Amino acid sequence: MPSTPVSTEALLAVRGLSLAIQKTGPGRPRQVPAVTDLGFAIKPGETLALVGESGCGKSLSALALMRLLPPAIRITAGQVRFQGRELLDLPEAAMRELRGRGMAMIFQEPATSLNPVLTVGAQIGEVLLRHAALEGRNLDGRAVRERVEALLRQVGIADPARRLDEYPFQFSGGMKQRVMIAIALAAEPQLLIADEPTTALDVTVQAQILDLLAKLQAERGMAMLLITHDLGIVARMAHRVGVMYAGQLVELASREAFFQAPAHPYSQALFAALPEAVARGQRLKALAGQVPALAAMPAACRFAARCERRQPVCETEAPGLMPVGDEGGVRCHFPGPRPGSAAVEILPVPLPALPVAARPLLEIEALKVHFPIRKGFLQRVCGHVRAVDGVSLELSPGRTLALVGESGCGKTTVAKALMQLLPRSGGEVRWQGTLIEAKDKRQIQALRRKMQMVFQDPFASLNPRMRVGDILLEGMLALGVAASAEAGRPACVALLEQVGMKAEALERYPHEFSGGQRQRIAIARALAVAPQLLLCDEPTSALDVSVQAQILNLLRDLQAELKVAYLFITHNFAVVEYLAQEVAVMYLGRVVEQGPVEQVLTAPAHPYTEALLSAVPRISGGRPILRLQGETPSPAHPPEGCHFHPRCPKALEQCRNAYPPLRPLPGGVQVACHLAC
Amino acid sequence: MMSFQPVLLWTDVLLWLLLGCGVGLGIVSAHTLRQAWSRLGKNTVAMATATLLSAFLLVGLLDSLHYRERLPPAPGEVRVVYGVEVRSVLDGLLRQLREQSEKTYSAPFATRLYAKETLETPAGPVQGYPRLKYGGAHLGEHEAKRDKDVLQRAFASGVLAFLLWLGLAAGLTALLARRQGASHHETWQAIWQGETAFAWRGVLLALGGLLLVFLPMALWAGDYHVLGTDKVGQDVFYQVLKSIRTALVIGLVTTLVMLPLAVVLGIVAGYFRGWADDLIQYVYTVLNSIPGVLLIAAAVLMMQVLIDTHPQWFATAAERADLRLLALCVILGMTSWTGLARLLRGESLKLRELEYIQAARAFGVSSARIIGRHLLPNLMHIVVIALVMDFSSLVLAEAVLSYVGIGVDPSMISFGTMINNARMELGREPVVWWSLAAAFVFMFVLVLSANLFADAVRDAFDPRLD
Amino acid sequence: MLAYIFRRLLYAVPILIGVNLLTFALFFVVNTPDDMARMQLGVKHVTPEAIQKWKAERGYDRPLFWNPEAAGLARATDTIFFDKSVRMFVGDFGRAEDGRDIAREIRTRMGPSLAIALPTFLLGLCVSISLALILAFFRASALDFWGVVSCVALMSISGLFYIIGGQYLVAKVWKLVPISGFGEGLDAWRFLVLPVLIGVVAGLGSSTRWYRTLFLEEVNKDYVRTARAKGLPETRVFFRHILKNAMIPILTGVVVVIPLLFMGSLLTESFFGIPGLGSYTIDAINAQDFAVVRSMVFIGSVLYIVGLMLTDISYTLVDPRIRFE
Repeated sequence: MPSTPVSTEALLAVRGLSLAIQKTGPGRPRQVPAVTDLGFAIKPGETLALVGESGCGKSLSALALMRLLPPAIRITAGQVRFQGRELLDLPEAAMRELRGRGMAMIFQEPATSLNPVLTVGAQIGEVLLRHAALEGRNLDGRAVRERVEALLRQVGIADPARRLDEYPFQFSGGMKQRVMIAIALAAEPQLLIADEPTTALDVTVQAQILDLLAKLQAERGMAMLLITHDLGIVARMAHRVGVMYAGQLVELASREAFFQAPAHPYSQALFAALPEAVARGQRLKALAGQVPALAAMPAACRFAARCERRQPVCETEAPGLMPVGDEGGVRCHFPGPRPGSAAVEILPVPLPALPVAARPLLEIEALKVHFPIRKGFLQRVCGHVRAVDGVSLELSPGRTLALVGESGCGKTTVAKALMQLLPRSGGEVRWQGTLIEAKDKRQIQALRRKMQMVFQDPFASLNPRMRVGDILLEGMLALGVAASAEAGRPACVALLEQVGMKAEALERYPHEFSGGQRQRIAIARALAVAPQLLLCDEPTSALDVSVQAQILNLLRDLQAELKVAYLFITHNFAVVEYLAQEVAVMYLGRVVEQGPVEQVLTAPAHPYTEALLSAVPRISGGRPILRLQGETPSPAHPPEGCHFHPRCPKALEQCRNAYPPLRPLPGGVQVACHLAC
Repeated sequence: MMSFQPVLLWTDVLLWLLLGCGVGLGIVSAHTLRQAWSRLGKNTVAMATATLLSAFLLVGLLDSLHYRERLPPAPGEVRVVYGVEVRSVLDGLLRQLREQSEKTYSAPFATRLYAKETLETPAGPVQGYPRLKYGGAHLGEHEAKRDKDVLQRAFASGVLAFLLWLGLAAGLTALLARRQGASHHETWQAIWQGETAFAWRGVLLALGGLLLVFLPMALWAGDYHVLGTDKVGQDVFYQVLKSIRTALVIGLVTTLVMLPLAVVLGIVAGYFRGWADDLIQYVYTVLNSIPGVLLIAAAVLMMQVLIDTHPQWFATAAERADLRLLALCVILGMTSWTGLARLLRGESLKLRELEYIQAARAFGVSSARIIGRHLLPNLMHIVVIALVMDFSSLVLAEAVLSYVGIGVDPSMISFGTMINNARMELGREPVVWWSLAAAFVFMFVLVLSANLFADAVRDAFDPRLD
Repeated sequence: MLAYIFRRLLYAVPILIGVNLLTFALFFVVNTPDDMARMQLGVKHVTPEAIQKWKAERGYDRPLFWNPEAAGLARATDTIFFDKSVRMFVGDFGRAEDGRDIAREIRTRMGPSLAIALPTFLLGLCVSISLALILAFFRASALDFWGVVSCVALMSISGLFYIIGGQYLVAKVWKLVPISGFGEGLDAWRFLVLPVLIGVVAGLGSSTRWYRTLFLEEVNKDYVRTARAKGLPETRVFFRHILKNAMIPILTGVVVVIPLLFMGSLLTESFFGIPGLGSYTIDAINAQDFAVVRSMVFIGSVLYIVGLMLTDISYTLVDPRIRFE
């Protein structure tokens, strides 16, 4: 829990900052405002978190502070005072001296933010040399090396003397982000701007990086501007919070005030949309509609169209940022706690908890998917990537099994192997007791009507060159559900209605729809052949929280209505808790724990489950923390013994030697751990 | 009884077929690539160069309708006899230019030959420049009036061009104004500032340029050799116009050969992978590793042997030249498909892992259908870009190959043969420059337009903009 | 490293065999030796005897692949394929129409070719990379715009015009250098200046534009933003970060042509009367000397494959990702 800083003098003060996108093309150049009238201040040692959904302008604002905006985006108005100096008036040369030393920045994608052809040491040393030169100091090679080593050690990289001569590709994702942090800290800046620093990382690694940032900040008394979309991270890291919506700051408050009683209806909606905020069996409060487009921004309140507290004045007059308390503010005509204060609506129908049927829908027995690694002149197979290495699962009709794990654990591979998109290397699959042979084309084709898949990225899962109608028809025609395009048409309309879209969408192309709408279309496509099982591969991970809530609600409604079963692949425990009855946790191609959601999530038996759960930043704290060392190793060379033992804080001698079998525990839980019995 | 007999040359058929394919492709992709097309339509440079290219295409197409004229019946002859010479519609239109041959070189607008000859005068034989048979013949004795005559015609046609252009612009403005319900002034403003959804500005500018250049040319060409004559006295202006077709055939028909190969092999290699991929990759690495000119040289040499040892295959000289041109296109196509195929293979490899193709496979959609419905439409932009990019390099290649002696038939008029013939005369004193200059200007305008158009197409079809 | 090069060498073998088979098919299967003889002899002199004689002189009177009349190993070796194609692998290219040994001719002509091609290549590379850097540095400015327009204009001019124009202006009108010819030793520079200059200018447009695109591709990458966020001056961002990354794609196109420099340039050499391999090839094409053309095709592909191998090796020098794998 961050402590409140002592100093009260603002290090950075932003006032009335406005950014616009320069549109070129036919006709006169136009400007489309991207950020309007942004204002906030950060004190030394303080962390301000800017929160908002994608496209709200938070990252652009951060780049504007560094004056690193892409050429098409201009600062149209405002002041940025840093250490008493007006940054927007500084000549570029003076600004360059400030970058790195006054304020430094880390970015979202550690994989692309480091120069691939320079050693890590050179990239850090460069900052030292540059800023030493600016101060008139002379650094020799040895001094630089020592300093770089010290920095690498500070950011938690083991064996820094050796690793500083390595190249970024030799580092894992989390390690790269540590290097980025070392670069940012090298010239000892007073302000660190962190733009979604952990979004590209797995939860356990995210927890490590957040810890590191918090520790370094405390040590150095550095101020931090943290850009994020995750309220859990805000709760964990920030002193104060700014919420952005459609290019405006709509609320600014201290963390305590914000989490106790968010004043802006949008902030409240953000909370309400979090799956973890509601009790199981209740419906998420999803925001209707979508963020207005930048080019068509309403002149009055920008949130009015989606606001349930809307009054006539909201559609005619733009609210200013009204001060709340000393340093807070809210941009709303009618701020205050939510009327009725109930954060959630109670779903009339409780969670469709069908009784476990006698016969499971799908049984997977010791499923294996190995990819050969080929090398040499004749492409000899010299090893295997064991992406899935003996996974057994059971799915019951109308119920949801969540498959959880970090990236690279093989969870998506399981789904693709079930869909025959990847060849199985071993194991058995039974549909309602019938063995499915991978080679039997007819059987597979029949299975495809019973089981369909929804993919992760709604932007990649719809062919941009096909109309929505044709996309929906494709499966029906291929599997003979509809005899012709004409015959399938009414079914398409019904499907669209089922997923909450209008029939007119049939004639349109995917790019005309937002991410959430596209995911609805993708779900409709999968439902087109009336499957009994839907494999959902992280269907909401590419979406903003408010849209995620819409999709999760939709999936729940569909399950209640159609009695369809889900295999729900995700890395997000909040979603598991909200949607699933059963959960299986995967690590390096194997299931390490599985059982009823209530059991597994409240009393995890495997240390990995425990660590995963405690790594998730939550808005309401409260879990004992179990931090993991390091990152997931490559599935081509899994560690000997229990795959998890090198990272396990509780590892014993026997964990090094033998992989533990999956053992049943009371309460229907199965766990593969030597410690659990 | 017809007064002519239509002749179908292979390249004619293919050129028209290609035009049909192009239009068809445009219509088919109008929907799926709508954004790209509309971006292209908005681009002033693209529309200006497209207008210029259409003018070139028009000349080339007129030159691709061939026939043989019926000979005047000999007395007592009942049979209908057609001439041996194959002519095109363009030849018919330019009959004057084609037939008004001088003896040898003459400079642009000259009234006399470029070389001294012994003239028979009443005072006896004198060394001098003889009067041209056709160039400036209408001036009669008054050769001194030539400059005035040329300028007068230039002025008259300039005014005419301007008026015509004004008429066009006014008509367009009126049409657009009526369609959009805006005032004429506003509409004109919008056109001129380039704010219309379709860059009419570019079309108007290009048309203005064309009118301004070619109306005077047309007015002069009846009585002068505007661009001079060559060694055998043939009008150079006629030659450059004829060269256009050769350049277009090389640039376009080659793609017709290359395209199916590149598309089929590229997609098969990328989508099916496995041994098909290995084989196709091997074939194109082998083809690629032979330096282009040498491979073409070898193939053309062999083709020459084939043609020369089988004279019985061809009815007329035009047919032989035409088949040789076609063979050149085939050879160029066979040697140049590798680049596009490799590009398409790489893209197919990427696309086949995309989720929408995975989704289609999850429905058990057949491979053929996946390729047709998912892969091809999403590769279309690469194909379109590659086609327009290749065009200009092929036109340039023709000139070089003809120079090296492995290009078109020496009897076929092309930029390459023009340059090749004219090059020898650079050593002359004073220099014969007009053939080279004419070939240079026409080729430059053609290739530059094609290059600028290709750039615009590449920008417009960039999928990152969708 | 050695193992790597060895492996690349092994990859090259099937490709060379493919090239060999392809050229053999092109030269001996599309047209029979009889056709070639008829062509070479001309209509007037075609008699069955003359054809036989022509074929016998060149060793074309044997079967293509398999000689059933010979004994033992000679059944395979006493054939056109073995004599004309397989022997190329050991550098035996046979004789040209004029009776000279092709391999020897190639050796003496490589020098002049290289004397033109190498300076053209190096100078052209330096100039176009520098220009591209300038354009990329001042991207989206008027300089950049007109620079690109000039590049496109330069690209749209046929190589023939560069040579004709340059020769006419520099050598004929200004009389600065001789129009054509070649000298031995240091004296050669007078003959080299013009062709090299023309070669550089002719290639300037397309290569500058290509390198500019490569640079711009890098300019928008994330690591460049990181470098700027460090407070580095723009020159350093360019020369240390961007240039080094852009070198990787530049190398792909550049290194592969280095061995091919031995082949010289067809056009330049023939226009300037330089006794290199380029003009040798052109003369052979015009004289329809099939043996020479066949040899040049083979040598060209050998050099290309060497170029591919050099490219692979050069990658390991600039790209650590490949070096360490």
